[in-house]
Amino acid sequence: MKMKSHLLPEFMIERDEERCDNCKVCVKQCPFGVHYYDEETGKVYSKEELCVGCQRCVVYCPRNALKVIPYPGHYRPNDYWHEEYIRDIKKQAETGGIILTSCGSARRAKVYWDHILLNASQVTNPSIDPLREPMELRTFLGRKPDRLEIELDENGDVEIKTELSPNLMIETPILFAGMSYGAISYNAFKSLAMAAKRFGTLFNTGEGGMPKDMREEFKDCAIVQCASGRFGVDPEYFNYSAAIEIKIGQGAKPGIGGHLPGEKVTATISSTRMIPEGTDAISPAPHHDIYSIEDLSMLIYALKEVTNYEKPVCVKIAAVHNVAAIASGMVRAGADIIAIDGFRGGTGATPKIMREHVGIPVELALAAVDQRLREEGIRNKCSIIVGGGIRCAADVVKAIALGADAVYIGTAALIALGCTMCQRCHTGKCAWGICTQDPELSKRLNPKVGAERAYNLLRAWSLEIKDVLGGMGINAIESLRGNRDHLRGIGLEEWELKVLGIKGAGE
Amino acid sequence: MINRVSVTDGRVTKEIQACAVFGVMDRSGRRFDGKMIIEAMKNMRVRGNGLGGGFAVYGIYPEYKDYYALHVMFQDDDPDLKQEVDEFLYRNFDVVHDEEIPTNEEANVVDPPLFWRYFVMPQKKGEDKKLSDDDYVVKKVMYINTCIDNAYVFSSGKNMGVFKGVGFPEEIADFFMLESEYKGYIWTAHSRFPTNTPGWWGGAHPFCILDWTVVHNGEISSYGTNRRYLEMYGYYCTLYTDTEVIAYAVDLLMRKQGLPIEVVAKIFAPPMWDQIDRMDEKKRKFYTTLRMVYAPLLINGPFTVIIAHHGEMIGLTDRIRLRPITAGEKGDMLFVSSEEAAIRAVCPDLDRVWTPHGGEPVIGRLNDVKRVEKVVE
Repeated sequence: MKMKSHLLPEFMIERDEERCDNCKVCVKQCPFGVHYYDEETGKVYSKEELCVGCQRCVVYCPRNALKVIPYPGHYRPNDYWHEEYIRDIKKQAETGGIILTSCGSARRAKVYWDHILLNASQVTNPSIDPLREPMELRTFLGRKPDRLEIELDENGDVEIKTELSPNLMIETPILFAGMSYGAISYNAFKSLAMAAKRFGTLFNTGEGGMPKDMREEFKDCAIVQCASGRFGVDPEYFNYSAAIEIKIGQGAKPGIGGHLPGEKVTATISSTRMIPEGTDAISPAPHHDIYSIEDLSMLIYALKEVTNYEKPVCVKIAAVHNVAAIASGMVRAGADIIAIDGFRGGTGATPKIMREHVGIPVELALAAVDQRLREEGIRNKCSIIVGGGIRCAADVVKAIALGADAVYIGTAALIALGCTMCQRCHTGKCAWGICTQDPELSKRLNPKVGAERAYNLLRAWSLEIKDVLGGMGINAIESLRGNRDHLRGIGLEEWELKVLGIKGAGE
Repeated sequence: MINRVSVTDGRVTKEIQACAVFGVMDRSGRRFDGKMIIEAMKNMRVRGNGLGGGFAVYGIYPEYKDYYALHVMFQDDDPDLKQEVDEFLYRNFDVVHDEEIPTNEEANVVDPPLFWRYFVMPQKKGEDKKLSDDDYVVKKVMYINTCIDNAYVFSSGKNMGVFKGVGFPEEIADFFMLESEYKGYIWTAHSRFPTNTPGWWGGAHPFCILDWTVVHNGEISSYGTNRRYLEMYGYYCTLYTDTEVIAYAVDLLMRKQGLPIEVVAKIFAPPMWDQIDRMDEKKRKFYTTLRMVYAPLLINGPFTVIIAHHGEMIGLTDRIRLRPITAGEKGDMLFVSSEEAAIRAVCPDLDRVWTPHGGEPVIGRLNDVKRVEKVVE
């Protein structure tokens, strides 16, 4: 039965009639069909109920005639029955379905980064000026031995006897998080690969395989993912990589798999993922060969075998309640790197209930994992990468001081490419050419320009990290790692300070 | 009294301090009295504030040279406390001799605790039989220091001793009668300028495990990283000072892992990556591996440190020389000091005086021990 929608528009479009010359750029730019041209009146109008607030038309309007603002009308304000709940109920009453969304959790939950403050040197210890002194951000990811055995020969030459596990060397403790070709466009995927290569860090293929034409060029800066759908997986894929990541879970949707609708499975995606064109790409919730920790170990060693023990293997999980014990098991199962994705982590599509209610903040998960691995004496057997809502260089610094070796950025990297967080990735209609397979839309993102933007972001954050390090009197990032003495909490309860392992401000 | 907080939740306070350090060694092994080092420390009086001074001396107990010399301080007059420690020591060691450490009651110090020394041999039982003598002694010393309140073993090596307390170094020397009472072939000393805590006798330098001693000046900005790494190897920093971290790191790397000081110096104060990237392949690989594996033991921030154990005295400054060290030589005598003036005050006609680069250790050795020079240059 066709019913009238009771939903209020989310955005309102103000068109300045004096500035608008009805050039139709907005009509062309909007993939959601908001703007339309009326032949009879010769004017452009808008259907604001369709607007997602991506701001594409505003940026591209040649005469600055448009404003997209939150819809001012609302229900009777109610702090309990917040608008969003009313809206969702109405939506479900009209559709009878799960509410789908994308990006990371948008709910008002405590952001621990914002309750942590950083230290600086005064008097007793000099701060170091990053403009005059070297500041080192080089980071190694992978298993480290407990000790180095060396041998001196009669000439006084030093020989290292210890056999080392493979490690990844990156020039800044920031990597691009797994985002698959399929979830994002080829151009977005390639932008990140190019930026990572140029900066000396790594990007992550996500679960959609690696396009053949990119393998040779980007093999040294790619972390290739092996997820539950095993898309695009074969020995060549694993060997054209810097490292392999087994994806168990994702912060935006812990405990569930993924679904790339058939309409997005174009010819190139079909050949990259090794599935028929136009079929849905469904990743199961669990890996069906991993029902326990010993199964994980078997997969880790199978991947090491296939790559001749030359590449570190990373295991990525969502930050869930028992994360510390799980992480410990992963390290014991042979993971060289563990990646923890907090509940703010982004996605190209997720049921809203998973995004908003499942998982824990990555700050707490990280602190718990780092402390647990130290208590068990196995912290140096692995590196820790955290992701899930890293918004700025300060978040990176805080993550490293809490104990991370490096961070993954996904959402922030896409924002650098043009994303405005409209949370409509799952529609495949991304106006910025990022989360779409529509050739007309994806060509809006030029990989050269995208790579430049992503590179600039890495550069800017790295400079900011160096500034903060210098202020602390530290000139190498490794001296910040796990150095919680440089953190203080504000507005935190005793239990929160204890989990974070930090003192309150003034203590 | 020191508050020995549990460190398991990772939230500890550390002391902040500045200081003066001095070390002198006769590389021929000739033993000499404390006059020279006391004079040198007086010359740097302004670097301390009278809240801590101390000395380490090597070669002072030749008659008991095969026995661990435990120096114990009792912060409390309670006779039961000493009895508890005595019983613990007699139960775990063969105590061949024990006596009160002689002190000068006229000395200008306030509220000194009771000092006692025990010359002991391990008496290992049960599970402990698997431990080496050294590890056994460390374990028992750690037990007293963490589990018996108000008793503190502050020196535990053979044929050497630490003397320290609250006061200027010359006052501490006067209290322990170092000028007349002892002769050693290495002397190191420290004067403290704590900025945030009143001194306590155990908190003064040098810090000592077995015959390893450390005196240190500086504030380590990597303290949290270093401390948490050492905790994984069973070292718990109970004194919350930067120096303790260095002492444990030295014990782990040099005594337990057997790395030579030339390598350890490069762990504490490694060259910059842009230097390493320009080295030849062999050196580059060596330094890259060293930095990768021992990243958590990079000591960041300003420091001057003098490390000593039998046969060896080492001076080292931080990687960008924020707190320089000066070295001087006169025949077999080697000096390392916070200030050149202090060396010249006691030895005006030096053969050579220099300020080493960051991360370049000054090493004094008794014998011609094999050197590690080719790669670690």
